[in-house]
Amino acid sequence: MSNFFSKAEVTSSGRPVFLHNEVECHLLSGVDLEPEDHHHFTPLKSGILILTTHRLLWLHSSSATTPTSASAIPLAAISHIFSSRKSLKSVFHSPRIRFQVLVSPDGRVFDPGSGSGSSSGSGSRSVVVTAVIRGKGDSDGFLVKFWDSWRARAWESNETSGSGSGSGLASGSEAVTGTGGGLYSRDGSLRMVGVAGILRKEQQMWESTDKSLQDAFQDLNALMGKAKEMVMLAEKMRQKLLSGTSSQTSGANDEDMGSKEEMQDWLLSVGIISPVTKESAGALYHQQLSRQLADFVRTPLERAGGMINLIDAYCLFNRARGTELISPDDMLQACSLWEKFDVPVMLRKFDSGVMVIQNKSHSDDEVFARIKSLAAKPEALRNGVSPTDAAMSLGIAPAMAKEHLLTAESKGLLCRDISPDGFRFYINLFPEIDPLNIYFVKDYGICSTWIKAVSTSG
Amino acid sequence: MFGIEVIILISSLRFRLEAENFSPISIYCEGSTCREMQKLGDFKLPHFFNYPPYFTLQPVRETREKQVQLWKELILDYCRTQKIFVIKLEEEFPLFSNSVIERTLSHEAREAFLSALAAEGRAEWLDKGHRSCLILWHRIQEWADIIVNFVKDNGFEDSVMTVEEIRFGIESRRTELHGIDRTILMRALKLLEQKGKLAIFKGTSTDDEGIKFSV
Repeated sequence: MSNFFSKAEVTSSGRPVFLHNEVECHLLSGVDLEPEDHHHFTPLKSGILILTTHRLLWLHSSSATTPTSASAIPLAAISHIFSSRKSLKSVFHSPRIRFQVLVSPDGRVFDPGSGSGSSSGSGSRSVVVTAVIRGKGDSDGFLVKFWDSWRARAWESNETSGSGSGSGLASGSEAVTGTGGGLYSRDGSLRMVGVAGILRKEQQMWESTDKSLQDAFQDLNALMGKAKEMVMLAEKMRQKLLSGTSSQTSGANDEDMGSKEEMQDWLLSVGIISPVTKESAGALYHQQLSRQLADFVRTPLERAGGMINLIDAYCLFNRARGTELISPDDMLQACSLWEKFDVPVMLRKFDSGVMVIQNKSHSDDEVFARIKSLAAKPEALRNGVSPTDAAMSLGIAPAMAKEHLLTAESKGLLCRDISPDGFRFYINLFPEIDPLNIYFVKDYGICSTWIKAVSTSG
Repeated sequence: MFGIEVIILISSLRFRLEAENFSPISIYCEGSTCREMQKLGDFKLPHFFNYPPYFTLQPVRETREKQVQLWKELILDYCRTQKIFVIKLEEEFPLFSNSVIERTLSHEAREAFLSALAAEGRAEWLDKGHRSCLILWHRIQEWADIIVNFVKDNGFEDSVMTVEEIRFGIESRRTELHGIDRTILMRALKLLEQKGKLAIFKGTSTDDEGIKFSV
């Protein structure tokens, strides 16, 4: 297997490293990659298949371990994608996506970066690869996006330097800057200029929307006719599922689980939420999000001194995403999933309710030692430590500094002093004072140091 | 003639002035450190009286327990030496403020410390609103014992005295009974009455309440 596929790099949190301009399009879990002919590579079992604008990536997945490498097939090496055959057999099996990959003479996937740019030139051999989708996932949607990405040939626009020659595949009706005179542009589509152009564009949009609505309603009419029967059938299925899974252990054989999962998918698409899927729905999305977040948050963490407020991280993450913003709930779930993975960050909740993201390597004791030495300085002995003082001296945000001071107080290192001047902390002298002998001051204890520091100011 | 009187006058004035300018400082040497700490009247304050957190009610349990303990000791000591029997929370109480560090105990803190004293029987709230507190730096039983000793020492075993005589009479001047709070004295007397050591009888006014000892 290692010799067939191209190697794809993976970050420390298990997310693939994307090329320049490469964008992720779709993701499926529980995917096997099988060659038609077993000579080329041993089948890859149960992984995550990621479709991007440039490549098809396969990561070995289990939620416990973080993948360290991934296999890739450049879309440029794919010569054909087979359309899905809908037959009676395919209803009961896992969906399959078959495509043809060009193979170079030494048995590896054809690498478009190396040889000549022609896709039908050097690789004379090809192998048909089947992706078997055993997990829950929209395989039809994936196939559509697969077609789109493959036809868009995004990798080629990298090589040709900014010539704006996108020949209308991505968006044929988009207004282009005029590269020559005449009503018709180079590739024959109608040119859009001026007010007339805008009006024509509007017209086109209306027509296409109309057509797609009509198509949609065709299906809807048919469905509504069968609605009653469908709902009854779905209910029957659901009952069967409920009774089935209650006696099922998680070690059931694949085929059985597969068909059960398919039934659940159908129920979902009809609109009935199966009680069995509720727990696992969306788990995959959160897993990937969680890993992506772990990657992203490392730079802000370093800048903030090892600890960052969850709210701040949320704002930074969403801003970096640009579109497809995540909700606070998603963020929280993604962070809670970190416990299950092996990532270098963790979510932490303070007694006051403030939640922060911190490095696993962050040590509380080290911070306390620094706070203790700060509070023992003569200036601090006289006037105490305010959160701002601590923030400046420790190099962290004032809100974080206050949390640390409060935690140190709860551990008995510090005492609070509330006055019109504000909220300050002093080193804790109480343990050293003997209630049976309140006038006695030990020679080299902290009380004695404090007295010396206070009396020098007069 | 005038000269001498003037000199005496001036020297006595100077003495007075110096006495007033003399700042009340007690120097105590414990261990091997000598530190100056201010006084409240003639009461010696401990060094932690100038520690600002001492005047803020601490939230952490262990620290709070220590703080409460120290305040309880201090309050009892102060009341004993200054012969204070009642603390009113809304009035100014010298022990509860420190002008050197500019801190004052909050109402909540005062109530917390006095309630802690009440919980171990060294104080008693005089009203439900916790505005006034009786300080028992001697417990009632201890006062009762002091009265019994007083009676025995002065040979009053079979005689009669008024309450006021016990409080301000010549004989009590050398004892702790002198100037005792009336409420506390009555409690102690009632306790002794229950044990049959004396009898209380009313006079024409409250000041005339009389005690017949049969110790």
